[in-house]
Amino acid sequence: MMTFTLWDIVRNLLLGGALTLLLSMVAFVLGGLAALALLFARIAKHRPPRGLAQIYIEIFQGTPLLLQLFTLFFGLSLLGLDVPAWLAAGVGLMLFSSAYLAEIWRGCVESVPRGQWEAGASLALTYREQMRHVILPQAMRMAIAPTVGFAVQVVKGTAVTSIIGFAELTKTGSMIANATYQPFLVYGLVAIGYFLLCYPLSWYAQRLERRLYATRTN
Amino acid sequence: MPLVRTNRLHKHFGKNHVLKGINLEVEEGEVVAIVGRSGSGKSTLLRALNGLETIDDGTIEVDGTALVAEQGDLRALRQKVGMVFQQFNLFPHLSAGQNVMLAPQIVKDTSKEEAEVIARSTLARVGLEHKFDAFPDQLSGGQQQRVAIARALAMSPKVLLCDEITSALDPELVNEVLMVVRQLASEGMTLIMVTHEMRFAREVGNKLVFMYEGRIHESGDPQTMFANPATPEFANFISSLD
Amino acid sequence: MTYQFDFSFIYEYRAMLAHGIAYTVYLTLVGGTVGTLIGTVGAICRTWDIKPFAGLYQCYVELFRNTPFLVQLFLIFFGLPSLGIRMSEGQAAILAIILNVGAYSTEIIRAGLQATPKGQIEAAQSLAFTRWQIFFYVMLRPALRKVWPALSSQIVISMLGSAVCSQISAEELTFVANFIQSRNFRAFETYFLTTAIYFAMAFLIRQSLNLIGRYAIVRRPLP
Repeated sequence: MMTFTLWDIVRNLLLGGALTLLLSMVAFVLGGLAALALLFARIAKHRPPRGLAQIYIEIFQGTPLLLQLFTLFFGLSLLGLDVPAWLAAGVGLMLFSSAYLAEIWRGCVESVPRGQWEAGASLALTYREQMRHVILPQAMRMAIAPTVGFAVQVVKGTAVTSIIGFAELTKTGSMIANATYQPFLVYGLVAIGYFLLCYPLSWYAQRLERRLYATRTN
Repeated sequence: MPLVRTNRLHKHFGKNHVLKGINLEVEEGEVVAIVGRSGSGKSTLLRALNGLETIDDGTIEVDGTALVAEQGDLRALRQKVGMVFQQFNLFPHLSAGQNVMLAPQIVKDTSKEEAEVIARSTLARVGLEHKFDAFPDQLSGGQQQRVAIARALAMSPKVLLCDEITSALDPELVNEVLMVVRQLASEGMTLIMVTHEMRFAREVGNKLVFMYEGRIHESGDPQTMFANPATPEFANFISSLD
Repeated sequence: MTYQFDFSFIYEYRAMLAHGIAYTVYLTLVGGTVGTLIGTVGAICRTWDIKPFAGLYQCYVELFRNTPFLVQLFLIFFGLPSLGIRMSEGQAAILAIILNVGAYSTEIIRAGLQATPKGQIEAAQSLAFTRWQIFFYVMLRPALRKVWPALSSQIVISMLGSAVCSQISAEELTFVANFIQSRNFRAFETYFLTTAIYFAMAFLIRQSLNLIGRYAIVRRPLP
């Protein structure tokens, strides 16, 4: 029987952790780009794009990430595509992130007071110009803190991809736990790994929020 | 020909009939004060003149540009009609100068340099040339409202609408804003304002419009109206003020 | 060859599906209720800085909010037995959900308590309310009213997250789906249908929470 030193365990977990980080970043960045498109559809003047974006967002916010991954994974293989786990994980997490980010950002756009739209309109700015020069710059400032906060949810969401076999931190942890019979130690280390990734983001998001709140009440 | 003319203007909010056929004529250079209780439709009328409220029936004409219920060129109308709001509505992410420069640059394609010249001179008109780089949250309410006036003036509107522009101000800041308005009136700017400042309306206005239940109930020369109210409703209204 | 979709398994496995749904609802209801109670206590400790609980709560909240639910579940179910704490799949699942909702609701309710306008408290003091009366009537009730939508969303999110409890074989809806697809080899249909069931459940739970919020928290009479 093979024996594992603590360093063997940690080294393997670090590899898994690197994949977790990579997957998080890819899903967050690509999801953010998709969310931008969704956002503009969601706040469009016309009904059809608004409705479609709303349906998309509600589906992804109203169903478990795990089931989204399963459906995607098995749906694509029905189409004859042999999808590797990393691809299903990346695409699934990206779609998931885009729905949440679009909704967060929409909230920011809608929290810009009506008077700002009206002031823009009274200066003969078109809807597009009001959006670009008046509303979006203000919404973006408000969006930073919740967006950083959502990054934490993305990192945590990557753990679910272990279930479809993507060898990120949690999956690596499960395999090591099974091999070493030291589940408490291994899962404890896995938890610490996630905490080290997520806590700085949470802390930063909270700080941003406090600062924004402070400037607004001045 | 009057500068501003509305013809049988109607507006509903659901079942609520807020404007019941408004016929209003404003000559160039005239200063019109619209008064009345809350809910009389005075703010809605003002907002309709700038296309912020759609109208259900009737027409609005400003300097030859017509707006028929839900049709017409809003952008052209709004370039002729400036508006100042009760809550200032300055853009908080832009400095005072940038607030004033924005619309000329975007709507009129003015160059940045030229827009800055315009902004500096309009800010000077409201006495705030030294606040060009200040952000709205660094200004007092009165100063913010004066920047808002400068922002509207920078588009060289034919007529300026003022929607209760001193109502959100602390009492000691009211005067600096009224001074600016008085100055504009003396320079011949056409002004239509909804106001609670009766003394100001009487002193500066050429014309007083009393609105009551969605109609223009009484209008005319302010001095005469205050001295001899023609309707019991208006008499009631002014006696309730003291 | 074209693929024929076949959803006939719904009928065949209806009893199992119903069991899975009931189990997920149980996890959500108990997890949501007990979790919110823990969160309320935590919010009180944090707001009034009751030592040492305020500090302990802060650690608990940060630990649970910054690690994945799945890892918490594994740690409880696979890890704790090596410390001599053994529990069934179902016990581990419900404990993990309670602790999760507890951590999130602590922060949500705390934000609501902190948003109490100072003037409200002063008004109550001037009316000779006791400290406890002020807390209950002027702070807690309005705070719950204010944060109810956020709390509801969190409970729905927890319900959706409970799908991973299938990984420790707690017999909730996804576990049932895994079982069914291993028998009928119709993975796509099974998971698609299960996703749809979750969607409907999320909708219904959200609506019920809205109703509870409207008539129990805000106290408007039933129509």
